[in-house]
Amino acid sequence: MNANTVLRKLGLLTILAGAALVLPSCGEQAPAEDVLQDSTTAEALPESFTGELSVVGSTTVQPLAELLAAGFEGLHPDLTIVVQGGGSSVGVTSASDGTADIGMASREIKPSELDACPELRVHVIARDGIAIVTDPGTDVTGLTLDQVRGIFAGEITNWSGVGGADQVITVVSREEGSGTRAAFEELVMGEEAVITGDAILQPSNGAVRTTVSITPGAIAFLSFGYLDETTAPIAVDGALPTEENAADGSYRIVRPLNMLTLGEPRGAVAAWLEFILGPDGQAIVAEEGYLPVN
Amino acid sequence: MNRKQGADTLMRFAFMASALGSLLIVVMIGIFTFREALPAFRGIGLQELLTGTVWRPGQEEYGILAMIAGSGLVTLGAVILGVPLALGCAIFLAEIAPPAVRELVRPSIELLAGIPSVVYGLFGMVVLVPLVRGIDLPGNTGFGLLSASMVLAIMILPTIASVSEYAIRSVPQSFREASLAVGATRWETLRRVVLPSARSGILSAVVLGLGRALGETIAMIMVIGNSVIVPAALNDNPLTIFLSRARTLTGNVAVEINYATGLHQNALFATGVILFLLIMVMNGTARALIGRKNWERRR
Repeated sequence: MNANTVLRKLGLLTILAGAALVLPSCGEQAPAEDVLQDSTTAEALPESFTGELSVVGSTTVQPLAELLAAGFEGLHPDLTIVVQGGGSSVGVTSASDGTADIGMASREIKPSELDACPELRVHVIARDGIAIVTDPGTDVTGLTLDQVRGIFAGEITNWSGVGGADQVITVVSREEGSGTRAAFEELVMGEEAVITGDAILQPSNGAVRTTVSITPGAIAFLSFGYLDETTAPIAVDGALPTEENAADGSYRIVRPLNMLTLGEPRGAVAAWLEFILGPDGQAIVAEEGYLPVN
Repeated sequence: MNRKQGADTLMRFAFMASALGSLLIVVMIGIFTFREALPAFRGIGLQELLTGTVWRPGQEEYGILAMIAGSGLVTLGAVILGVPLALGCAIFLAEIAPPAVRELVRPSIELLAGIPSVVYGLFGMVVLVPLVRGIDLPGNTGFGLLSASMVLAIMILPTIASVSEYAIRSVPQSFREASLAVGATRWETLRRVVLPSARSGILSAVVLGLGRALGETIAMIMVIGNSVIVPAALNDNPLTIFLSRARTLTGNVAVEINYATGLHQNALFATGVILFLLIMVMNGTARALIGRKNWERRR
């Protein structure tokens, strides 16, 4: 744990030291020439890129970004893409102040963040649905978004309050700081509602799933990638959490996975984003259980 | 200086270097943890940290009283459940068991020490939690202090049992013979002579177990529920406090460190410092306690 933190800090420091020298930051006029590109146009693919790209931010996007980086590095052996975690907020700040070439965020970018840095460009590379699940013994199969909010806020504490049997509702949640939790709070809880302090907290999607599956009357939110037969998905406002429903917009608890750049992407950054949004990149996205963007 | 003396000197320095190295590691970890925690002590304040019951890093609220209470209660529970069990094992192995049985039971108990804590956690999650859930009370989900204490009791069993057994066996045979010779029964001998003589060793065993209990992390996260609430009884019966969910100091750090930045991260290091101090105070108390008992006996 400590070692991890130290390593991450060292890594961030290296980036800070290196990048601060050469990259523009938000507020500075007219971004200087991108030192990472060999040629001035990004369109003239295939060409070869050299140097190093730093990608910092959301731990949810991180594993996907690593795969996308590996795929792109295969085409450009002289280019190194360094992907680091830190969280969505760190992703936004690193992109805004130019300490990273690309920031990652597994949530919408807040208006306040865009106000602070109008130069920030948001590139949606994939979408991830968040499903509401219960233990399979629960007889409720559908809830409204308001009911989901009421349950997680601790206002509805018995399944009989939402048309089910007389059974206490046990709320299971991720811990504070989790990107899935942040996205759930943003999409479902809104500004005022807070997840009840009485909730059982588990530190991973897998642990949440196990807890729900063995706890009668339990409810939780899970990333789509973790749905299986051990938990029962709940239809929210009539739509079951499926990729089709998320794609056509009828299932609404869907978060974007974002890449952030300062100003329009150029050079290697532009080429990598183009790769990600192209067929090869989106195939990796789909393979990892996320919804491709088209 | 001849060659033999040279080897002596060399080895003396090598051993001294090992000892100093270990000391240095402890000091460095202490300094590092404290340095990282310092901004939290400054920015949040020691009083707010220690007495605040709300831990909501998103809203800049950092109170770890709930976690101190959680760690304290789960350790207390583990001691209540685990110490009698471990002592019973130790007494059986040292005083009662025939050699053949002892050679079978002792390795089995020692094997418990080799099981990774994540396996204990898993066992707790799928076996003990549903068992505890059987206690039919509103608000009881099985996840909580009781399940966690049961897991911990099993985890500290091998430490306490083997160290206590050693302490009991170290009591000279002549003590037992003298006691039996003046007509005491085996039970009286054990209670009045053997156990009091082994007291300081048994106390050290319990303290070792306590240290392990306070430091246990992953198994606790899996069964204790991790809710940031000061544990409270579910109804009029104060014992139901053990059915309450809780979060431990170690769990707090492990659950959140991956996301934490800035003051939040400092606050987690502060949690570590508090844990560090708690263990130091506990070890110090035990040391003082053991020391005094020895001194009394010598008098």
